[in-house]
Formats: sequence, C-alpha cells, structure tokens
Amino acid sequence: MEMMTLILSLFLATLRLASPLIFASMGGLMSERSGVVNIALEGFMLAGAFAGAAVGHTYASAWAGWGTALIVGLAIGALYGLFVITLKADQIITGMAFNLLVMGLIPFLTKIFYSSTGSTPPLLVEDRFAFEPVLMAFALVLLIAFWLYKTRSGLWLLFAGEHPEALQASGVSVRKVRWMGVCASGAFAAWGGASLSLFLASSYSPLMTGGRGFMALAALIFGKWKPLPTLAACLLFAFADALQIRLQGVSIGDMKVPIQFVQILPYLVTIVALAGFIGKSRAPKALGKEDF
Amino acid sequence: MKRILGFVIGLVVALSLTLLAGENPLDIFMILMRSAFGSMYDLGLTLSYTTPLIFCGLSVAMGFHAGLFNIGAEGQMTMAVLTAAAMGVLFPNVPFPLAPILAFVAAIFAGALWGWIAGWLRAYRGSHEVIITIMLNFIAAGLASWFTLNIIPNPHSQNPETAMVSANYMFKDYDLIARLFPDTPANASLGFAIFFAVLMWIFLWKTTWGFELRAVGSNPEASHRAGISEKKVQMLAMAAAGALAGCVALSEVLGSAGQYRIGFSPDYGFIGIAVALLAANNPLGVVVAAFLMGALHKGASDLDLETTTITRDFSRIIQALIILAVAAVQGYWVWKQKKGKS
Repeated sequence: MEMMTLILSLFLATLRLASPLIFASMGGLMSERSGVVNIALEGFMLAGAFAGAAVGHTYASAWAGWGTALIVGLAIGALYGLFVITLKADQIITGMAFNLLVMGLIPFLTKIFYSSTGSTPPLLVEDRFAFEPVLMAFALVLLIAFWLYKTRSGLWLLFAGEHPEALQASGVSVRKVRWMGVCASGAFAAWGGASLSLFLASSYSPLMTGGRGFMALAALIFGKWKPLPTLAACLLFAFADALQIRLQGVSIGDMKVPIQFVQILPYLVTIVALAGFIGKSRAPKALGKEDF
Repeated sequence: MKRILGFVIGLVVALSLTLLAGENPLDIFMILMRSAFGSMYDLGLTLSYTTPLIFCGLSVAMGFHAGLFNIGAEGQMTMAVLTAAAMGVLFPNVPFPLAPILAFVAAIFAGALWGWIAGWLRAYRGSHEVIITIMLNFIAAGLASWFTLNIIPNPHSQNPETAMVSANYMFKDYDLIARLFPDTPANASLGFAIFFAVLMWIFLWKTTWGFELRAVGSNPEASHRAGISEKKVQMLAMAAAGALAGCVALSEVLGSAGQYRIGFSPDYGFIGIAVALLAANNPLGVVVAAFLMGALHKGASDLDLETTTITRDFSRIIQALIILAVAAVQGYWVWKQKKGKS
C-alpha cells in the first residue's frame, strides 16, 4: 500500500514538474522547426516566470499572470526575431545574450517595482494554479502535433526549416513563417516559466528555471524535433527531477547520500540521454541558416 | 571598426535604459568610469577582474576557432579552481617552487578533463556541445559545493569556502603586480594571462596544429577530406579550451584568495563569451576586450552604493546589449555584402 502511494506521488510529481519543460520544448520546437536555433528558451522562461508572478500577484489571479506571460513571451520572441531574422545576428550568440539580458533586466525591474533585487511577493495558495498547466501542456502538444502535420500552415513551418527555397518558390514568405515560429516560441516558453512561478512555486525567485530552458532543448533533440517523442523526453527528465526531490535525505546503508549528488541527477540524465540513445536525430535541414 | 560601433551602440542603449529608473545616463557613465579607473585601488580591482576574463575569453575563442561553442568555461574553471585549492589543502608540505607548479598543472588538467568530456561527446556521440557544456556547468557546481562543504571546508569561517591552501602554494612574495596595487587581489597572473594570449596567437597562426584547428572550424568536411581528423581536433580543442579556463586557478587560488569560495565567479565563463565575441576570437584582442569588460564589471559594482535604483546586476544588461549590438552589426554587415555580390 505504501508502495502504491509512493508510486502515485512520484507519478503526480513527474506530471507537475514536466509541465514547464513541455511548454518550453514546444516553444523550442516552433522556433527550430522553422529553421531558427533557439538557445534563448531559458531567458524566455525567466521572463515569463517573472511577468506571470508579478501580474498574477497584483491581480491575485493566476490567469492574469498567464495572459501577461503570453504577451511578454510574444514580445520577447519578436525581439529575438528582430535580431536573428531581420538583423541576421548569429543565432547562438544572440540566444546567449538574451539569456544574459533577461537575467540582468529582472533585478533591474524588481528594484524599481518592489525595491528588492530578488523575488516577487508570493501569491496566495487559492490564487495559484492547482493543476491547469498540466492539462494545458498536454493539450498544447496534441494541438501542435495535429497542426504541424495536418494543416497547411503547419506544413509551411516544416518547409521553412527543411526546404526554405521550395517554400519561397511556392510564394510563401519564409521570413514571415519564421517570425511566426519565433514569436510562438517566445509565448510557449514564457508559459513554461509562468507554470513554474504560478504553479510549482508561488512567486518568482532569481534564476528559478535552473537550466530547464536548456533541458527543454535537450528534450527537443532527444525527441527528434517531433511533438510526441519530445513530450516523452520531457516526462523522462521530469521523472529524474521528481526522483531527485524524493531522494534528498535518503541513506544507502549508513552512508547519507550527499544532497549535491542527488541534485545533479537531472543534469546527468540529460547528458546521458543526449549521448547515449539518441540514435539518428536529424535536425531540420535549414536549422541555423540565416538567409531569407 | 564594426565591433567598436557595436560596442558603443550597446553601451548607449544600456545607459539610456537607466532613464526608466529615473537616473541620468551621463551620471551613470561617470560612476562607471570613476569606479573602474578612479584610483590605483580601483584599477587594481578592475585588473583582478580582467585576468580571469582573459583566460575565459581565450577558452571560448579556442572553441570558436574549432567551430565549437564553449559555454562550459564556467564549469571548467570551477573544477580547476577547486582542484588547485584541494591540492593546497590536502598536500600542505610540498616545498615552494614545486607546490604552485603542481597545483597549477593539476588545475589545468581538471579543466581540460571537463572540456574534454564535452569535446568527446560532441565528436564521437554527436551531442550538442552547447547543451552538454551547460549541463556540465551545473554538475561542476554541484560537485564543487559538495567537495567544499564536506571534504575540505574552512574550519574558521561560516562562509561556503574551502580551507586556505598552505602558504608555500602562493607566489605572493614574488609578485610585482600585487605590489603595484596594494590591498587588491590583482596579481602576477595577469602577466601569465597576457603570456598565454600571445602563446595562443602563435599556436593558432604559426603552427600546423593551429592551422588544422582553424581548418576544422571553418570547414570540417573539407578538412576531413584533406586528411585532418576533425573529431580528434574537436576533442582536443575542447580540452585545450578547458585548460585555458582552468588557468583561472592561477589568479584565484595561487595568486589572490588562496582558497575556493563558492560563488567567487560573477559568471566569468559567460562574460568570456562576450569577450571572445568582442575580440573576434583574436587572442590578443581578447586581452583588450577582457579589460573593457572587467572595467564595466568593476564600474557597475559601485552602482549599488551611488544610485538608489540601479544595482550591480546592471553590468549584465550592459554586457548583453553590447553582445547583441556587436552580433547584429556584424551579421547585418556580412549579409549585406553577400547580397551585394550575388
């Protein structure tokens, strides 16, 4: 019986912890399938987490925060698009710079708004999400899977990342499709961040993403840039994370397992996943090509 | 020229942001300048930030030349600095000239190993080096924190730091640069950093290995056909990058602090990316760019005291905007030229 409760709680924790990853990796998918590398997911997530928590607290409503995260995500995605699509800046460098920018901007803003350099004030328990982000995350994956393979605009996105010349020749602007992909990427990743600050926690705390943006990217690669396998990869990483939390304070025989060893577990799993069983994971052909 | 233009644009945009916080951008600029170069003491601190930034900038640049993006300088540096501290604490009786040399060699080996892991995974397993190096950064931080707090903690302090290395590990008495800037952590490793930059320049442009490395960086397929083992080069380049980042042990442990302190780095590894970018990956340019970024970092440290709304985190905004501006000016320029030709 105790075993059952343990398994059930581990299962539920996995679902909860997976939701930020799922949103972020779907964000990565939108951008990368359109041909734009996106290392900025971490920064997008932080921006969404902060905006969501700040507005969610002000209006005492998680949904208000969720909506704000959407807008902020679209905006920062558009800004990213401005740099990598219009100005042709190097995509990886720009991505890293965006992460750095957000990490600098948030304390700048908290200082102005809350005269503190750290967190936002916490939301009341009843104002937080109870389970909604989990459902929304799964719904989003199904929606994207359907849209990508069954609709005309979904195919445009795929072609922008695989054969941009062909898409251009058929009269569709590759640039426009990539703009859309990158903006959606910002929005979804920001939702990933907001599900951290409005669902898993009750406020924004500095650097609360803890590398999840990069794990989402790893999940995307592991999932071969396909929605459903990516979802599975997110669940795997989330399981490692849930296990990590559960294992803290556990002893093997008389030896207490050091907490730091347990904490690095999700990062190790990510490396092993990328290095070990990835098989042939082929990136979209035009990924990172900046012409158009 | 393009880079200087980008630098200025980034700086101006960042300073204009301070208007939002109700500050005068010119005042902020003056505070930055004064805090960075105002006195010998300030300059000493600026130089003490410059040194690790040179090493990290060289590390990132080394990766770039081989076509790899090394985001792992932070982790490589952490492992190396920890190793140097561990040597100094665990083997206190090694005599002077040998001790720092031994610790230094151990440190760069640790850094090189951490880089090599990423290089090997990239070359032989096809893993994306950006994600791998970032994961390795987190793992390094975790290991370092465990080792520091549980194996060699400082018994005299509540701070999260290792015990002090024994005195024969430090080159303080022979340190001319430290004498010039009393009471600051500036030390002779600045000289080593510049020396390594020159060495790397010679390596890249005057040796066959350097040529092979750059060939792999510019066209891995062509190099493969020309008989260069691009996998081996990628692996070794990452190891070399790790060793360069590991040199920070010189300035941090052997030169100034004499211990590993958790959180000693204000993200040197990441600022190193900006440094390498600004320097166009030229090792000699890295020295200049590191000095600029070091000055910005030191300059921002006084913003906490001298303004009510702007904190030292502002240096991140400046750095990010400078990177973005340089990358955009650069990218747009290249694209325009390509368009003009075709």
